[in-house]
Amino acid sequence: MFTTVTFASILPEILILSIGLLVLILEPFWKDEHKRNAGWLTAGGLFIAMIVSLLFGRPAEPTETLGGMIRFDWLGFFLKMLFMFAAAATALLLMDHEKAGKRGEAYLLMLASLIGMNLMASSADLVMLYLSIETASIPLYILSGFLLDDERSTEAGFKYFLYGTLASTIMLYGFSLLFGFSGTTDLYAIAAALTSGKVSALLAFGVVMLVVAGLGFKVSIVPFHFWAPDVYEGAPTPVAGFLSTASKAAGFAVILRLFFVAFPAFSESWTMVFAVLSAVSMTVGNLLALPQTNIKRLLAYSSISHAGYALIGAVAFSQLGAASVVFYLAAYVATNLLAFGLVMAFQRVTGLEDVKDLAGLSRRNPLMGLMMLAAFLSLAGMPPFGGFVAKVFVFAAGIQADYTWLVVVGIVNSIIGVYYYLNVLKFVYLYRLPGEDEENHPIPLTQPYMIALVVLVVGVIVMGTVFTPFFNWSDAGALNLF
Amino acid sequence: MTFPILSVITFLPFAAGIFILMLPAHRKNEARAAALATAVIDLLLSAWVYVQYLTQDMMGYQFIEKYTWLNIPPLNIALHFGVDGISAPLVLLTGIVMFTGVLISWGDDDPHVMAGIQDRPREFFAFLFLLAGGVFGVFVSLDLFMLFFFYEIAVFPMYLLIAIWGWAKTREYAAMKLTLYLFIGSVVALVGALVMYWTQYQNTGVLSFDMLEMENAGFSAAFQNLWFLPVFLGFAVLGGIWPFHNWSPDGHVAAPTAVSMFHAGVLMKLGAFAALRVGVMLLPEGAKHWSWLIMLFAGVAVVYGAYIAYVQTDLKYMIGFSSVSHMGLVMLGISTLNETGLLGAGVQMFSHGVMTALFFAVTGMIYDRSHTRMIPELGGIAKVMPFATIGFIIGGLVSMGMPGFSGFVAEFPIFMGVWGEQWLVAVIASISIVITAAYIMMNIRKVFFSPMPEKLEGHIGDITMLDKVAITTLCLFMIGIGVFPSMMVPMIESGVSYIMTLLGGA
Repeated sequence: MFTTVTFASILPEILILSIGLLVLILEPFWKDEHKRNAGWLTAGGLFIAMIVSLLFGRPAEPTETLGGMIRFDWLGFFLKMLFMFAAAATALLLMDHEKAGKRGEAYLLMLASLIGMNLMASSADLVMLYLSIETASIPLYILSGFLLDDERSTEAGFKYFLYGTLASTIMLYGFSLLFGFSGTTDLYAIAAALTSGKVSALLAFGVVMLVVAGLGFKVSIVPFHFWAPDVYEGAPTPVAGFLSTASKAAGFAVILRLFFVAFPAFSESWTMVFAVLSAVSMTVGNLLALPQTNIKRLLAYSSISHAGYALIGAVAFSQLGAASVVFYLAAYVATNLLAFGLVMAFQRVTGLEDVKDLAGLSRRNPLMGLMMLAAFLSLAGMPPFGGFVAKVFVFAAGIQADYTWLVVVGIVNSIIGVYYYLNVLKFVYLYRLPGEDEENHPIPLTQPYMIALVVLVVGVIVMGTVFTPFFNWSDAGALNLF
Repeated sequence: MTFPILSVITFLPFAAGIFILMLPAHRKNEARAAALATAVIDLLLSAWVYVQYLTQDMMGYQFIEKYTWLNIPPLNIALHFGVDGISAPLVLLTGIVMFTGVLISWGDDDPHVMAGIQDRPREFFAFLFLLAGGVFGVFVSLDLFMLFFFYEIAVFPMYLLIAIWGWAKTREYAAMKLTLYLFIGSVVALVGALVMYWTQYQNTGVLSFDMLEMENAGFSAAFQNLWFLPVFLGFAVLGGIWPFHNWSPDGHVAAPTAVSMFHAGVLMKLGAFAALRVGVMLLPEGAKHWSWLIMLFAGVAVVYGAYIAYVQTDLKYMIGFSSVSHMGLVMLGISTLNETGLLGAGVQMFSHGVMTALFFAVTGMIYDRSHTRMIPELGGIAKVMPFATIGFIIGGLVSMGMPGFSGFVAEFPIFMGVWGEQWLVAVIASISIVITAAYIMMNIRKVFFSPMPEKLEGHIGDITMLDKVAITTLCLFMIGIGVFPSMMVPMIESGVSYIMTLLGGA
């Protein structure tokens, strides 16, 4: 039973678990001032784990392992690498967090959540899917409320927990109905059962709605988004970054796998639902981002709208659509982590997190100013950054599938987006500190930030210019869905 | 393998921008020197391309480079560069404006003057070169995706350049307005481009963003009539077409001198060029269907722009609106869809680019020294800045369309072409020549030759050597084209004749 392929299919998770155990064992023996080294261990370990997986854990033909629980294919593999990359960057950003950075539990919880996300990307069975979603979520509830002496963080953790459990219960109900209709928990068998035509379209539509509610919460699309701004604002900033990127991307991984594989028979109804949700998410997210004064809340609403853009690719329900979603996720993860990382680096020195506090940043630290430029222009969808290419690809997929109206909504929203993203840059580049003495208020970047941010900014630019290999992998992954 | 000259021209500014950013912040002169060196190399290379095109057989696209960028069905994107008779002069124009723009941004450390860019020149030149690289990219791209890619790169640095280094009073407003207008235009055109891509696939089974392929995509007349307007107007926003011109004068006024030069000199051509390249050449039937509307818009822009320019009291607003008027002539030439009109439009793009760059350069020099741009507050500049005065007068003569200058070579065929299509429009549009002459001469008299107001007496010095080099360069091109039209006209004719075949030889 336990063959090489089985081993290879869960190799990344095994390695992540070992890193977690290592952190758990070593951390108590370290002196207080060395405890942040858990971050080096986590990030370095993940980097090595990625290389080892790339060398020995690459999938060949799609296969099902562990009794049909895990599907071992390129889609899962590429997304796993993406999550691990995001987690490594988050670990680096976490290291110099004043309160969370020196506590080994933070890294351990993040790694536990990462295992859940990895499994989300490769589950081929409803039971496994639900378990992996919970594995990914529960550590994140704790991490959001990690700052015990901070009321906002406690509130964030509790709010996220309440919303999260409610959403996952609803989704679980959907899963149980799905099992009832089809008599199986295997996604591919479910697809066959639903195609046979024994399930009425109306019932299927109900099930779809229940599942959409659960996954909509994970990827924070309107109207399941209410938790996002409060949680992002309250949670430790690196955790918020992780939530808005890896966690969201994992949700999309499930959306792709579940809807493309299990529900093709009812594609008309769910693409319509997603089209509406996508349009509403983009519009509401962008409009509510306009009046925000807190940079983390602004990024929260922006991430809601980005979920809407990415959903256009899923609505297209084609190979190009799926590939464009995966590419969008990759570009978005790098970009948004960069934005959150910069906010974190700024906050660590100044303790401030309002947009207006960014005034004079480009003079206080020119490099940070330029990185801010790259991050926000990429979010706005401008070349030569990843955001532009990603947007063009999802729009191309939307138009190919005759969803021109949705693309037009997306384009109107990009214009709104440009306004508030540029507004942030206005503070960074144009406005000055009250005393105009920026030289006396530098914002130094510590080593872990420097590494993480430079890697991310290079990633954002590479994905915007030499996008071919990334799209190639996305496309190889998308191929596995059909 | 031949030397990939167009790629070098396009990517050199990007590389130089990154290099300049890596210099230490306090090394201002090194940043300027690196910028100037880059600009000189790009000018020489673009001049080389121009001369090669002119002296060898002038036919179709030359200097072609094609590298597959992404070919994963159903997407197919290539880095496909090449220049034809329309774009080669524009590449040269960009080289000229880049060179002169860097020269006049060098600055003067004299605390009375504070000309040029003194605050963070490193970032300034880096963003300016990002813009320049984007502009080169659009002019040489033969792939629709890449055209958009470079087009957007050319748009967003404008925001930073205006917002950071612009005129403190209006820069935030103007920069945001400009960026939003241009971004709206470009994304509307982007939808059109994506629709064209898939329709081409349905019609011919070819998956390619290559515009040379798309010319044969066999778009139906109904399709062309539907999508021509969004695509054409989406780009033409950047060309300052009435009634979407509103961003342009505000942007000119708020921008620092070199950016105004780029903006009016090159960016507006970018809009007109892309509208012609994508709108007219890929959707010729649509162009025929809607040419009356474009002609109407352009006709209004020509006369209205000239009249509004006439009543301005701010020198930069005056030039800004005169740009709207002159770009209206370009659009008017395009809207004729006949050989003469398009020829005039092609020459006018070059001529206006050089002329307006000169105007803004001189205005910037005056403003840096007198600290005012209000025409009533100025006077007697000729005494202290004789060289700049000569430059402005030559620019004025070009603007009026005087024979012997490039403006005449451009405007004469445009009016001929319009006359051939719709004589009434030609008559009405020609009113603008009179108004233009009126405001140019009025301003030359007031600003340069009237007695100098007491407030300015003794405060104004002459321009620097670098400024003089910039003015001379610009003037030489305007006179050169005017006296020897054969330096440019046959080349543009070759480009136009290709457009005419696409339009069905009509």
